[in-house]
Amino acid sequence: MEKLISASLIGLSQGAIFALMALALVLVFRSTRVVNFAQAGQAMVSTYIGWEVVTRTENYWIALPAAALAGALLAAIIETFLMRPLAKRASHGAIAPVASIIASLGVLGVLHSGAAMIWTTEQKLFQSPVSVNGIEIGSTVYPFSQADMLIISTVVIVMLTFAFFFQRTSLGLSLRAAAFQPEISRLAGVRVDRVRTIGWALSGAAGAIVGVLVTPGNYLSPFSLDILLVYGFVAAVIGGLESPQGAALGGLILGMSLSFTSIYVSSGLTFIVPFVVLLLILLVKPKGIFGGGSSRNA
Amino acid sequence: MHSTHRRRLILFIVVGAILFYFSSRVGILRLYQGSTVSMYVIAIGSIILLTGYSGQISLGNGAFMAIGAYVAVLSQLYLDLPFFLTFFVAVLGAALAGLVLGIAAARLTGPYLAGATLALAVALPSIANLFPVLGGEQGLGYDSGNAPTLFGEVARFKWLFWISCLAALITCLLLQNILKSRYGRVWKSIRSNSVAAELTGINAAKSKVLAFVLSAGIAGLAGAVLTMSLGTVSPSAFPLSLSFALITGAVIAGISSLLPGSLVGAVVLVGMSQLVGALTTRFEIGDVLAQNLKELIVSALLILAVVFTPNGPGEKIREMRDHRKHHSHGGHR
Repeated sequence: MEKLISASLIGLSQGAIFALMALALVLVFRSTRVVNFAQAGQAMVSTYIGWEVVTRTENYWIALPAAALAGALLAAIIETFLMRPLAKRASHGAIAPVASIIASLGVLGVLHSGAAMIWTTEQKLFQSPVSVNGIEIGSTVYPFSQADMLIISTVVIVMLTFAFFFQRTSLGLSLRAAAFQPEISRLAGVRVDRVRTIGWALSGAAGAIVGVLVTPGNYLSPFSLDILLVYGFVAAVIGGLESPQGAALGGLILGMSLSFTSIYVSSGLTFIVPFVVLLLILLVKPKGIFGGGSSRNA
Repeated sequence: MHSTHRRRLILFIVVGAILFYFSSRVGILRLYQGSTVSMYVIAIGSIILLTGYSGQISLGNGAFMAIGAYVAVLSQLYLDLPFFLTFFVAVLGAALAGLVLGIAAARLTGPYLAGATLALAVALPSIANLFPVLGGEQGLGYDSGNAPTLFGEVARFKWLFWISCLAALITCLLLQNILKSRYGRVWKSIRSNSVAAELTGINAAKSKVLAFVLSAGIAGLAGAVLTMSLGTVSPSAFPLSLSFALITGAVIAGISSLLPGSLVGAVVLVGMSQLVGALTTRFEIGDVLAQNLKELIVSALLILAVVFTPNGPGEKIREMRDHRKHHSHGGHR
């Protein structure tokens, strides 16, 4: 019973992180059809900005929005100056289907090496504003801390904010329209290019929040968030790459499978589980759970 | 034998002879770099076949290299196979893994395939730690043997250089023949329009699986060559960055250019280390900068290549020539 509760709680906390990372990838994919592998690098650089703020102000609650802002800015720059021209230049030939993936790998490399030059590869730490020790109920200590609760609640708040934004605001609606039918949206007066940049900026902010949330309790290095990109991407693909609900569900599925296998089977399976889960789901639904055929629900 | 095939064969024999001649006239460092370039040529060839021709992207060819490497080592350890047979077994083993994943991947497109292969690239090296027979983090040793006495006394690096060059030459010859054959055209047609291709009676799914299997097998050979020149195999030899480096190498000179594309890509990947080394000593760059300069330059090069010459410099030159022709005729498109 204790095992079951522990596994569920850890799965929930990990799942929340994967879900937010997946959401960051989904936001970019929906609006520009780009699988953005640089997301890990962008989140990492934004987290370093957050770290700079934390070391100067010693206040986590200033660092979080500062990092999110930096992430949004960085993403907007990448979209405007690299991805937008690239979409026009590499639109034909063998490279066309893979050009954006390849460019994002290049950006990831630049961010990795750039960050290593600025901040070195030495691991950086920053404190969580809340306790990272397991919660004690009765005589048992569960491997679930206040920091995990902070993660879950922040992710839920961010997700709800995004949901509200996409469903209830006119900017959110034009984002969905631009993702669904760019040409028609343009005719209807949506400034598609600008709206796409906003999509990227939101994604960059989400990625930055992931970085600032997971770094306390772990550490920060130029490569420390790469593995989250893999998990986030797997979660996004499970969910169908297009749907924010799918990202949330995919994150949860992945988080739970990871925590249950590592508690009930072996922790050596950490890297194999995502592959197995992903393959099983894609065998049944080749475009993920919510992705599918002609119905591109924006 | 077809006449173009014969011409290609003769060309490759000539190139082989030239390499053989030079192998006695260069130092150990050049021989080692030559082996590494050959290994990259093979590995990049596997990407060019898969992405440049069949239009599928794999972020996991490093994983197939790992499979080939481990199969080669295990077949030497437990079956006592002579080393050149371990290469064949490595190709078969990796191709078999490619078949399994390829059947699953045939239903996946673009980003979904990228996701599955990325997860594979992350998953696979950690398997080595699960099974003691694979030697864990330390890995296993591989004995590349000595040159046959026929050649007299041959230094180790020269022997390694010969084998890697031979493997690269054979791979390029076979790949070139396949890519210029009916199969190459079928893959291209699927890449540009799979619906139209299927209407002409092509089985797109089957052809894509075939491309995946061949690509995995070739990557397996590259893995075996890498293991041979390192003399050992371990999970750390196949990081995710290896898979990414292969893609970089394939893109720099045009994703559908096997020759000279794969060679240019391989030379850039290998030569960059030396160039950066030279730069750091020349300009006395600090350690922190120096360690990361290579990745920075390679990544920047990748971005520039994909933005300015998306389909390789070859296509760019053709485009400019066509452009000029149009202008001189006073016509416009």
